[in-house]
Amino acid sequence: MNFEEYAAKPLLKAAGILIPRGKIAGTADEAEAIAAELGASVIKAQVPTGKRGKSGGIALCQTQGEAREAALRILGMNIGEHTVRQILVEEQVPIAKEFYAAVLNDAASKGPLLLFSSEGGMDIEEIAESHPDKLVRVSIDIRKGLDRGALSEALPAIDGLSSTTLSEALSHLYSVYTDNDAELVEINPLVLTDDGTLIALDCKFVLDDSGIKRQQNLSESGTPETLTAAETHAKDIGFRYIELDGNVGVLANGAGLTMTSMDAVRHFGGKPANFLEIGGEAYRLGKEALEIILAKPGIKSLLINFCGAFARTDVMVEGIVTAWKEINPSIPIFFTIHGTGAAEAVAMVKDQLDIEPYELMDDAVRAAVEAAR
Amino acid sequence: MIVRGHETLLVQGITGRQGTFWAEKMRDYGTRIIGGVNPKKAGTEHLGLPVWGSAVDATSEQRIDVSVLFIPPLGVKGAVLDAVSAGIKKIVVLTEHIPVHDVMYFLSAASEAGTQIIGPNTAGLVTAGECFVGFMPAFNEKVFQPGRVGVISRSGSLGTLVCLNLVQAGLGISSFIGIGGDPIIGTTTRAALDILNNDERTDAVALIGEIGGSMEEEAAELASEMDKPIACFIAGSASPAGKKMGHAGAIVVGNKGSYGGKKQALEAAGVSVVPTPSGIPEVLSEKLAARD
Repeated sequence: MNFEEYAAKPLLKAAGILIPRGKIAGTADEAEAIAAELGASVIKAQVPTGKRGKSGGIALCQTQGEAREAALRILGMNIGEHTVRQILVEEQVPIAKEFYAAVLNDAASKGPLLLFSSEGGMDIEEIAESHPDKLVRVSIDIRKGLDRGALSEALPAIDGLSSTTLSEALSHLYSVYTDNDAELVEINPLVLTDDGTLIALDCKFVLDDSGIKRQQNLSESGTPETLTAAETHAKDIGFRYIELDGNVGVLANGAGLTMTSMDAVRHFGGKPANFLEIGGEAYRLGKEALEIILAKPGIKSLLINFCGAFARTDVMVEGIVTAWKEINPSIPIFFTIHGTGAAEAVAMVKDQLDIEPYELMDDAVRAAVEAAR
Repeated sequence: MIVRGHETLLVQGITGRQGTFWAEKMRDYGTRIIGGVNPKKAGTEHLGLPVWGSAVDATSEQRIDVSVLFIPPLGVKGAVLDAVSAGIKKIVVLTEHIPVHDVMYFLSAASEAGTQIIGPNTAGLVTAGECFVGFMPAFNEKVFQPGRVGVISRSGSLGTLVCLNLVQAGLGISSFIGIGGDPIIGTTTRAALDILNNDERTDAVALIGEIGGSMEEEAAELASEMDKPIACFIAGSASPAGKKMGHAGAIVVGNKGSYGGKKQALEAAGVSVVPTPSGIPEVLSEKLAARD
């Protein structure tokens, strides 16, 4: 789960990292009032995407009048796919140097990885490309915590910044990561001011989705996934459902098999209309799954690909067969069914729908693609 | 890891609905289940097997080679640490949606103790005709027949399909290793490939990858040094882009993670990458016939 800047920065503050004074605003009046308190201000669009600066979503304002104008311009503008509804109004900070700092889950070392670069302000990809020698990586054993001595040795010497101040700030950043089940916490830029203090000008925080159940309060500040009404409905039931722009409906069990079914539709020249994964405990809800998938406009054929291990195919198919008879859709349906409960499931499809399931997945996919043409 | 029929298994969470169902299935197939763990039911029996209060209590009475966990997400860290303290050297973690910080924690503890972990978020392991650990349909004769192909999969459902396709083509399975679908797992694709490379019963490998991460690329390095033929299917070539991954995540794997990058790395290592799973048995039948 992603957190926008205004929701991420308070986590830094709570851990002892300085952030600029500021407040969130939803109208030009509010922005003007906040700017009046702050003096020179910076106005930043709050949208869950990068490239805000390049899109004109960030403005430096000397007066409260300028802040008002900037707020009027930025509120309501579109950045990427998002419309700006809120802006962050902050004090301006005198920048001497910009750094990059982050802690994230690292698959290679199977533990937390701390990253620091004395070159900040640009994308981390650019830093890695243009200054690979300046990117410090410190792998951490999560059981033992951050080794401050090892960290200090790895960090570069920076004019005007004591190594203790820097390693202390990074240690605070590591606490933000561990205390909040972070997948990623990133400060870019971390700024050294003219008077020698470190302050976080921006922050990105991603909460581990599997950590949400023990971070309920925190997760309320996160940005929910952008879903269509049907996708939200499916998620509430316990399905993974995504709408696409093709015409072959895909219903399968398990993440791997669902992805593979879509790959096969593409491989044989078709385009998926949507896909619904009916895995885990939700495998009993075949009827609900079918209703969701058929409601998608433009769907011309339906592929059902089940391979039961944990999920019983007979239970999944029973729900689908019952619903199919009730709804009586006008589009053709193509089955391929294997694994746990397959003999009963195949018999059910033959007897009750008078349809012959395909023995091979490729044949079922080809037929579904052909029928959608 | 590979589990053999002589090895003893502890089922942590044996008294729950899934634990009960799969413990019976595993035992019926030939897996040597010694008993289970439930702290609230210590000293009782379940399925005619002893129930201990902890894995540590279990190993104080019995030799246990392997433990499998049917435990909800937030209880897994404690259960794995218990099994590690008990000196069990192979642990199978089936649970999905475990907080990643917990996973990193118990992987670190296991690594220090010299304990192997499979998973999390795996359907488990099958040694065809001998035993299985987890919830793969090993007992389904259309899906699993003993043979010479080792199978590595991140996904249980897709792994099942590939095993079925291999058996349909007249090839059997030596071992199925479900490594799990989580971003951070105990036994990586490369580690599983290394195990099958050293397995005397395995003459060829079916590798089932997925987009994301860099495990297939790492496995390609080992594949280039192997003599056993490998066929690979990578799921996700048609998946919508832009899921997961922050900027800092992208840097750690560089430009690795895409379907194209994985395919290229594996093909450069001499692995046949097929467009649908049905291509795997075709390729392996041909390559095995050429070698025999």
